[in-house]
Amino acid sequence: MGNQEKKVLIIGVIGADVHAVGNKILYHAFTEAGFEVVNLGVMVSQEEYIAAAIEADADAIVVSSLYGQGELDCRGMRQKCDEAGLKGIPLIVGGNIVIGKQKFSDVEKRFKDMGFDRAFPPGTSPETAIEALRELLGMDGENK
Amino acid sequence: MKNVLLIDFGSTYTKLTAVDITNERILGTASAFTTVETDICEGLTNGLKILEEKIGKTEFFKCYACSSAAGGLRMVTSGLVPELTGEAAKLASLGAGAKAIGIYAFELTEDDVLEIKALSPDIFLLVGGTDGGNRDCILHNAKMLADILPEFPIVIAGNRTAAAEAKRILKNSEVYVCPNVMPKFGVLNIEPTQKQIREIFLNRIIKAKGLSRVSGLLSDILMPTPSAVLKAMELLSNGTKEEKGIGELVGIDVGGATTDIYSVADGMPEQMNTVYKGLPEPYAKRTVEGDIGMRYSVQGIVDSAGFDEISKISGLSKERVSALVEHLKLHKDTVPNGDKELEKLDFALSSCAVREAVRRHAGKISETYTMMGQTFVQEGKNLTHVNQIVVTGGSLIHTKETEKIARFAYFSPDEPESLRPKNANVWVDRSYILAAMGLLSSYYPDAALRIMKKELEFHGDCQ
Repeated sequence: MGNQEKKVLIIGVIGADVHAVGNKILYHAFTEAGFEVVNLGVMVSQEEYIAAAIEADADAIVVSSLYGQGELDCRGMRQKCDEAGLKGIPLIVGGNIVIGKQKFSDVEKRFKDMGFDRAFPPGTSPETAIEALRELLGMDGENK
Repeated sequence: MKNVLLIDFGSTYTKLTAVDITNERILGTASAFTTVETDICEGLTNGLKILEEKIGKTEFFKCYACSSAAGGLRMVTSGLVPELTGEAAKLASLGAGAKAIGIYAFELTEDDVLEIKALSPDIFLLVGGTDGGNRDCILHNAKMLADILPEFPIVIAGNRTAAAEAKRILKNSEVYVCPNVMPKFGVLNIEPTQKQIREIFLNRIIKAKGLSRVSGLLSDILMPTPSAVLKAMELLSNGTKEEKGIGELVGIDVGGATTDIYSVADGMPEQMNTVYKGLPEPYAKRTVEGDIGMRYSVQGIVDSAGFDEISKISGLSKERVSALVEHLKLHKDTVPNGDKELEKLDFALSSCAVREAVRRHAGKISETYTMMGQTFVQEGKNLTHVNQIVVTGGSLIHTKETEKIARFAYFSPDEPESLRPKNANVWVDRSYILAAMGLLSSYYPDAALRIMKKELEFHGDCQ
């Protein structure tokens, strides 16, 4: 990955989802935490995340979904990343990612089977995601 | 009285426009065959003779020129992702008045570079990666290019952290480094690159195109003709401190081989419930449709519109349309010259050319339903509220039906997704002065603007 000082994240809300508030909060939280953040906003397709990640030489992709269709929207994303030369890029997903009340451990397992490195339930704080990113990107021991 | 001579060296004609700056009026225009193969001075001398016959012997205290001779400014670009830096490179070169003869994305292959060597462009634009982003692609492409020992100048305008290394790799070539065309994701910065392209054109290309022999006559400015036309459109739209412009506009130039569309307009979404996707486009944007033209590219018009549509618009039978189109392909210098059938056919062909080229230039909107209700996704520019259309180019200014043809640029309820102008005034460049006024605008913007407002033939009642 790139040798720039800051780690680069691609963030956005996937599919036909227009929930913009959480996306803005994440943008500020990740930037504050010392990441270089490319924010694609709402209604982002898998291809758009991937194109941005290639061009910006991103270190991880963070997918948000709030409208319950996340599982459908995220299907095949890992395979597309592999195909596009982004083999092994950390993929993180979070929000209200499935319909109805389901045991989150089941949901998490399904997303991990789809190739996501981490999946977070509704109500996760940005700090938890930042911690997970630091861990995935081997940034432990950094102050910020 | 201060007189200025403006010259447009075209691939078939040299066009001259004489302007009286003091009184802000056109003294006269003339055109003569261009003869780049033998001596470009010949076309100019003949043109000057014709001009003198029209307006008498005239002293010119300055002389400026633009050129699209010898194929124009031929460029090849390479970027990383086609929709991102690939698109930015294309926008940069088209906006600088170039003809994009090759557009590449991702890593260049051995076959690609052989193709590029054969194309032998006037300038190569090498980009890729946001600043601090991907370095591998642009460095790989620099190495691939270095292998073919390029004899053309290369402009590097990609990831700034890789620019110096790319320049080292290409140390045996003429290399210019510019700021990144896409420094951050979704941010375009194409002006510095365009400025560099014009400088190279000025210093290097004019020699190769046989124009240096006349450069003694030229005062100093020389730019590619489409770049001059774009400057004229920008001036006409934006105005100057002294003189108001006509506001946002769409420009149309249907030629024999290509169709150029210009827009000087913001075009961003107008409604809160519309989400914009893709790269933001430049305020002054030029696109070139290489497959849409009245003679050399007539097949492209037929392919996109179909015989049924051309037959419907022209009122000729499908069989007749087909036969006449075949004739045009064989005889590219055909002009209607009073022939009623050919006039009808040309009317239909140019109408279809305008509709297709503006359709490709304008943005698109699509409707989706989300949990939050109806939402729209817009890609490209929304031109629906642009209410000025400027028309130039031989095939449109030599017909009486120009205004009708221009209206084929309009939005159509049959294609609500295509964001074309809903209603517009039409300005016709009947005396063919736009490129000349673009040249003049570098020194006398107020005069150039007032002359355009006076000379362009106006149709319409839009406020």
